[in-house]
Amino acid sequence: MNKLNFLRPNIENLNTYLYVGIFLISIAILDVTLNSFFNTNITSFLPNFISFLLPLIIGTVGLHIIRIEFSGIKNLDLLNKNINTNTFNAVLTLLIIFAVIKSIPPFLSWFIIDATISGDTKEACTGTGACWTYIKIWLNRFIYGMYPNELQWRINLSFIALIGLAFVGLIPSEKIKKFLTLYYVVIYPIIAFVLIYYLISGGAFGLEWVETGAWGGLSLTFIVSFFCLIFCFPVGMFLALGRRSDLPTVRYISVGFIEFWRGVPLITVLFMSSVMFPMFLPEDFFMDKLVRVIIAISLFEAAYVAEVIRGGLQALPRGQYDAAKSLGMGYWKMHIFVILPQALKLVIPGIANTFLALVKDTPLIFVVGLLEIVGMLNLAKTNPKWLGYAMEGYVFAAIIFWIICYAMSKYSYNLEIKYKTDR
Amino acid sequence: MSDPIIKIEGMNKWFGDFQVLKDIHLEVEKNKKIVVCGPSGSGKSTLIRCINRLEEHQKGTIIVDGTELTENTKNIEAIRAEVGMVFQQFNLFPHLSILDNCTLAPIWVKKMPKKEAEELAMKQLEQVQISDQAQKFPGQLSGGQQQRCAIARALCMEPKIMLFDEPTSALDPEMIKEVLDAMVNLAKAGMTMIVVTHEMGFAKEVADEVIFMDEGMIVEKADTKEFFANPKSDRTKLFLSQIL
Repeated sequence: MNKLNFLRPNIENLNTYLYVGIFLISIAILDVTLNSFFNTNITSFLPNFISFLLPLIIGTVGLHIIRIEFSGIKNLDLLNKNINTNTFNAVLTLLIIFAVIKSIPPFLSWFIIDATISGDTKEACTGTGACWTYIKIWLNRFIYGMYPNELQWRINLSFIALIGLAFVGLIPSEKIKKFLTLYYVVIYPIIAFVLIYYLISGGAFGLEWVETGAWGGLSLTFIVSFFCLIFCFPVGMFLALGRRSDLPTVRYISVGFIEFWRGVPLITVLFMSSVMFPMFLPEDFFMDKLVRVIIAISLFEAAYVAEVIRGGLQALPRGQYDAAKSLGMGYWKMHIFVILPQALKLVIPGIANTFLALVKDTPLIFVVGLLEIVGMLNLAKTNPKWLGYAMEGYVFAAIIFWIICYAMSKYSYNLEIKYKTDR
Repeated sequence: MSDPIIKIEGMNKWFGDFQVLKDIHLEVEKNKKIVVCGPSGSGKSTLIRCINRLEEHQKGTIIVDGTELTENTKNIEAIRAEVGMVFQQFNLFPHLSILDNCTLAPIWVKKMPKKEAEELAMKQLEQVQISDQAQKFPGQLSGGQQQRCAIARALCMEPKIMLFDEPTSALDPEMIKEVLDAMVNLAKAGMTMIVVTHEMGFAKEVADEVIFMDEGMIVEKADTKEFFANPKSDRTKLFLSQIL
């Protein structure tokens, strides 16, 4: 690099070099941008090969020029330290910027510019972009499944009620605070079950009965995820404790249970729950398909939750057990007040992981004929009137799932911060 | 002479094939202060952990306050509730504030009303001079403060006996004194104490008897003055010459 020394700036000519460097980088980015967005090549007078590489060369030179050590300008120093440390890194930085610029136009044109949302039929979609008309027409089905249109207020009402009831914890009253844990662990799930059983399913209080086979779409995703999350957590907790129990019977049952459920694929579990399980039941015993599916997924995920929680239990030092015992606490008091609060706090990331996986596993319930949002998409894409729009459907589902999962993940981060008492 | 509050007869304990405690005989009377010393690995900690059955013994009997330690969990829990213990590593509950650390067991084990438990806890924290830290969490306190809180936590159960398992071994030198002061105050108040420690100054100041253990056996048990002035066994002499 010695021969390039005449390009080395120092603090006296800093401004000159800075402006020249920024100018060169801007030219490079402008060239790529014009090329990408407007399909014009301002360097077309040059030979093809050079014209292709020119932005990279100009940009690299520009970055080289502004690589001024201890310039005293905070942002410039930050830039040099992180993405412009040497020529190789400068080239990589430019390539990434160019790749992003290059990928924006096709993305935008498919999503927005060339996309269609007007109209009611497939014929409205003439553009080369996405056909959001398809999503618009089917949105009702994607959310409510085959649930009768005129009864959908029942789903809306029960979901609004459940969301409202979930915020009871925010009431800042000392009297209520005592019962919050009880409320969230026992009362809330019961209310949720009663609401969904009587309001969505119907069959009583003059409400028309809607069989669970007709439920579907996003609302079914929520129902299945919600109940599975609520049930698998306590079951997993007891399994984790059971696996560490001193009583051999309890321990072996827990180990056997966990290893069985972890060893079989979810899809077979679901299949067996709907096809095999009823064969073992007495003739007159009826258990709804949806209930069987929720139980199956809950038990399946409980095995994973159990192992995650066991990890947290093992991470606690033995001194915590000793201290709790030495104060005269029995097994349950020790676990409820000392061990579990600490262990669960440790495994919040792991639990969140399992829960996210659970939500994303719900589409598998299609094997028993329950169609949640992805199931409805698959149904819609095979509709003869709407053939060929699978892409839009899957992108739509991906966005929905991403929103749900990102919200859950954010919530788990907040919990982690909230319960962080040791520094 | 009153009945001994702790009575250990012919107690043996094994970890697997390894015998940690060999034929221990020990009687502790009410309000006595006993210091247990000896080289590491001699079984001192195991001995006092056996007294509230954090470790099980395999042979012999241990009677604490008239109750024999057996498999019966109800008995064990009752005994633990009246035998306080302080650990080398403090073992405070890091997810609870100092005050909650102190009130947890009184509220849930002794069924004390919350108000009463908090008053008691504040009184005990006052005794060890950390009442101003009551709302903080253990992680925000120094080692010495944590250990004093651990003492207060044990005292909140209003125990008849206090066991100390090397309470100052994990502390910085300048914090040892504040913990020892708290223990001396406790001793002067008439608590029955068994202390495993290497602090011979503390032993000389408060102990009624000193027990020297080696290789799982009680080698020597004597009045404090006697123990330091003319130890009988050679092993004790060697130990004292190294530690003093």
